[in-house]
Amino acid sequence: MTSTAQVTPRPQARDWPLFWSKVGRIVGKVILYAVLAFGAYIFFLPFAWMVTTSLKPAAYAYEVPIQWFPKKITLDAYIYGWKTLPFPLFYRNTAIITAANIVGLVLSSSLVAFGFARIRFAGRDAWFLILLSTMMLPAQVTLIPIYLFWSKLKLVNTFWPLIIPEWLTNAYNVFLLRQFFMTIPIDYDDAARIDGASWFRIYSQIIVPMSKPALGVIAIQAFAWNWNNFLGPLIYLNETRKFTISIGLRLFQTQQSSKMPETMAMSVVALIPTLIVFFIAQRYFIQGIVITGVKG
Amino acid sequence: MTEHVLEEVPKRSRLTPRARDTIAGYLFILPWLIHFFMLILGAMLASLVISFAKTDLLTGFKWVGLQNYRDLFKDPLFVKSLRVTAIYTFTVVPLGVIVALSIALLLNQKVAFLGFWRLIYYLPSVVSGVAVAVLWTWVLNPRFGLLNVGLMRLGIPQESLPRWIYSEKWAVPSFVLMGLWGAGGAMLLYLAGLQGIPTHLYEAAMIDGANAWQKFWHVTIPMLTPTIFFNMLMSIIGSFQVFTQVYVMTAGGPNNASLTIVLYLYQRGFINLRFGYASAIAWILFFIILFFTMLVIRSSTMWVYYEGELKK
Repeated sequence: MTSTAQVTPRPQARDWPLFWSKVGRIVGKVILYAVLAFGAYIFFLPFAWMVTTSLKPAAYAYEVPIQWFPKKITLDAYIYGWKTLPFPLFYRNTAIITAANIVGLVLSSSLVAFGFARIRFAGRDAWFLILLSTMMLPAQVTLIPIYLFWSKLKLVNTFWPLIIPEWLTNAYNVFLLRQFFMTIPIDYDDAARIDGASWFRIYSQIIVPMSKPALGVIAIQAFAWNWNNFLGPLIYLNETRKFTISIGLRLFQTQQSSKMPETMAMSVVALIPTLIVFFIAQRYFIQGIVITGVKG
Repeated sequence: MTEHVLEEVPKRSRLTPRARDTIAGYLFILPWLIHFFMLILGAMLASLVISFAKTDLLTGFKWVGLQNYRDLFKDPLFVKSLRVTAIYTFTVVPLGVIVALSIALLLNQKVAFLGFWRLIYYLPSVVSGVAVAVLWTWVLNPRFGLLNVGLMRLGIPQESLPRWIYSEKWAVPSFVLMGLWGAGGAMLLYLAGLQGIPTHLYEAAMIDGANAWQKFWHVTIPMLTPTIFFNMLMSIIGSFQVFTQVYVMTAGGPNNASLTIVLYLYQRGFINLRFGYASAIAWILFFIILFFTMLVIRSSTMWVYYEGELKK
């Protein structure tokens, strides 16, 4: 393999005059940026509307054509939202639940996914199919039995029904991580097994360090999902002081009907932490190219 | 890494290696097994039992055997909801794979301000369900919505503009559009998958004189198939159960053109308090989803490639 490497380091440029290959590359770049910018425009527009609406006085919120840069900018909607409801408290509650669940979910789903992806054991495939099938029954019909379970344990109106299930992982995250674990060559495990390493050691010292991008995705998604979770808090939390942001927002919508700028303002506020976390985390979990080669 | 591994001395054990692997396997999946036996199994069985009864879960409970299931197949609204959901799913699943994968491939290039682009494409998928619905109700407004205003600028006459969620013909496509707008979640997974492709494979391909297209087709795509497989399955499972957007935006209308299965289940269960009937709908849906996921899983041996597959 290595002996041929020095002969043609850049085979694609071999038959092509250098000038045209350069022009081709520039044209490619231009097209790439044009496509990216167009797509970003489409993806961003509804969000931009959300932001400008939140900055408009209520009277101008429904104006046609849309004023993308309103002549009169006001923070009234934001101030109003923060004054009428205990949003700092909602923020705190949401942060507690989310933080606990990210830790629990990353831990539990990586363990379970490792079991399914790397160990061959009796009944594994059947259990995996059962795991997948638990996602196929609409949550609407299992909602009531599960609620009764938590209320028997007297845990309704605490954070526990929102935290314990995440610490016991769920089908989605196990399946996701299993797919990633299965792309890591099995030779690593075999070599480590021959050297007498335990399964736990393979998990903690080979598979987990090599799966940082995937674990990062799990963490980001767990953050976004828990931060926005609506149904869970709606069912299990009934005191206002225990509310999370998502159901707090809804309280806000029902108290003042059709206050578009205020609703959008609070949606923007609710979204900001997810953006910050994503922006910081994505450097770590997407930038570093993982070198998982086993030289054959 | 290997030097740590070497420290450990194999322990003696009376169990065969196979039995020890089985014990290890079950210990690893224990958290989920507890979840399953503590919460999921009981709830699933309860809904199955209820599907053979007529009950509002509060005052009465009467066994009716298979009556709910028999009634369902004669229920024109149920049949309608099956059709609506099937059309939605079989449009949004393939389009979703294509859109998310294309964006991921673009964002895996050397591009300036990469973090910024990724953020923009990812953004829509983290806006919470209700906010998305509110936002899109406005975007799709036939008269002053963002979409139709844009189409009008492109020169499409006002009379021929689609009425989106207010028209029978365009209601389902509207939800498909919304679904594609949230492709950022799947894109993120493809990006992580792309990052996981070992560089030595590309080096080897380059040495063999492969061009960009061949590298894409013979290295990138095969190595991404586990992620594509995952996204396809999750998208099938999720699309068949589409609910929140439809519930908030059209409540199934106009003229039931967007009545999805889970929305119908919700109406029968939580509005008409016919929980037996609702549970029967849920179980039929369960088997429909199971059928299509099994099709994909069965076919996966032909097209999904696992570098770390356990050899038999």
